[in-house]
Amino acid sequence: MISIHDLTRISDHEWEIPQNFRPDMRVPVRIFATRELLDQIAGDKSLEQAVNAATLPGLVGRVVVMPDMHQGYGFPIGAVAATEFPQGVVSPGGIGYDINCGVRLLASSIEAEAAAPHMDTLATLLNQYCPSGVGKDGVVRVGVPELERVLREGARWAFKNGYASETDLAHTEEGGCVEGANPAKVSDRAKERGRAQIGSVGAGNHFVEVDVVEAIFDPETARAFGLREGCLVAQIHCGSRGLGHQVCTDYVQEFQGAVKRYGIELPDRELVCAPMDSPEGQAYLGAMRAAANFAFANRQILAHSIRRAFEETFARVGARYTVPLHQVYDICHNMGKLETHEVDGERIKVCVHRKGATRAFGPGSPSLPPEYQQTGQPVLVPGSMGTASWVLAGTKESMLRSFGSSCHGAGRTMSRAKAKHDVRGEDLRRELEGRGIRVRAGSMSGLAEEAPRAYKDVDAVVETVCAAGIARKVARLRPLAVVKG
Amino acid sequence: MGINGPRFEELPHTADWAMRVTAPDLAGLFAEAARGMNALTGARPAPGPATHRTVNLSAPDAESLLVAFLSELVYAAEQERITFARFHVDMFEDSEEWKLKVEMDGAPILSLNKSIKAVTYHNLQIRQTPKGYEVEIVFDV
Repeated sequence: MISIHDLTRISDHEWEIPQNFRPDMRVPVRIFATRELLDQIAGDKSLEQAVNAATLPGLVGRVVVMPDMHQGYGFPIGAVAATEFPQGVVSPGGIGYDINCGVRLLASSIEAEAAAPHMDTLATLLNQYCPSGVGKDGVVRVGVPELERVLREGARWAFKNGYASETDLAHTEEGGCVEGANPAKVSDRAKERGRAQIGSVGAGNHFVEVDVVEAIFDPETARAFGLREGCLVAQIHCGSRGLGHQVCTDYVQEFQGAVKRYGIELPDRELVCAPMDSPEGQAYLGAMRAAANFAFANRQILAHSIRRAFEETFARVGARYTVPLHQVYDICHNMGKLETHEVDGERIKVCVHRKGATRAFGPGSPSLPPEYQQTGQPVLVPGSMGTASWVLAGTKESMLRSFGSSCHGAGRTMSRAKAKHDVRGEDLRRELEGRGIRVRAGSMSGLAEEAPRAYKDVDAVVETVCAAGIARKVARLRPLAVVKG
Repeated sequence: MGINGPRFEELPHTADWAMRVTAPDLAGLFAEAARGMNALTGARPAPGPATHRTVNLSAPDAESLLVAFLSELVYAAEQERITFARFHVDMFEDSEEWKLKVEMDGAPILSLNKSIKAVTYHNLQIRQTPKGYEVEIVFDV
């Protein structure tokens, strides 16, 4: 069992588990956290899981973990690990079951004060148009040939079918389509699960939320991102649904044999992996990218549904807004991506596994559209339900110290069982409504599990990554309406 | 976990679900794991005629077989909206692999509190104990 005393303090916001902590570690672990957050992190098994992640073959630099870190399975949530291409490994469990789970932010010029009388209508329409909850189908159902186009093209498929604008694509990681997707490597069962789920939120901690831009910390960057103080924005948090879950399930099972074939020894079977240049590694990469494209399409269809809800709500009251719901950005926080990073003074191609961590590329990155070249990438950090969310920007420091990554949320600190025991969903809904937050939730027990007290303080998480220099503050968002499964 | 009561219990986990299952024999462990998973999701079957199904699976080891079996139930719940409540499990081990045959009775799902994304291999190890077998399973939810 690892304790805080095993860690080396680097600064007020950085700690390290040295490589010699355990003989099977291939790289050290760097933790971005304050002492206070570290005390919370040490309450579960996440540090041990970070050490386990540091045993993967082909790792370079160090395993990095964010202040919203908490216990997961295999990797801890909040981990970033880079393996050298092509001989290093890719680990399906290190990317997770919800492949390309991510966040999309849409901004408006609708003033929250003017919109206040219509928020109930908006929340109801969002709930109607954005199906959420256990077993709910999406708004688009396709046959297998069409689904395979979705898997190859991602949000570009949505664009071709009238659900997206060119700006939407430009303001999505990878332009909404990861190259190299191979639908032939996605099982029939995964495809069957995905056919009816395009345009659905799912359950758990996934949501659609309307917020007001409560405070702006960097006016110039906020302007570039299209954020206006006092105006409404909408967030989507979801991923690749059953299709992604099945892809990961299939390959974690498949790779149980691969590790034996390649002589890889691991401390946890969930970490199974295969060299990227092996047939198994290539098959998973093709399937994982296909699932990622499914998630991009899913969030794009949900964005379309949200726009419809906004248009109907405000058309009814004669309100006008010139640019309806401009897309700020769409980020992935469960992904494996081939990127080039500087490691020990040398630029090398690596597969960056981000498991509950957001890409946070700094200014000048060729992956960013021209309008974000000066600012760095928008980094979207949703808070726990009923608390603030943040818009940050990537920095040059993040490129050097965290493989261009930052935090992805508040991070849980309490189990779902304890949250359900301590909180009644109905009481929580009343409390949130009392604070002016409309709640549309399919399950009261599901609501209780997501109670704000089950999470760390998102402000403390954001302060930490900003103080460490791997992101900088742009704007703080306050919730006004939440749709959950 | 008494002799006559449920032989599964929820374990603390910060983000996902973890469950400890015990049973006198391996076949019973699989059936009890399935019942425990149903209890976690709160799956309620609709009244009416039962659906019968036979599942045949094989895997290189008992843990992989358990993941494969529970993953079948996850798929049935999400895709077919069916939950199974009665399980008759037969297991065989030959020199190459483990084999499983399960006869199950279920029904369409009336309601479900929570869905499971996946059954993980995280620290998954079926252990022999003085009273039989024990396993801890982590579910991604």
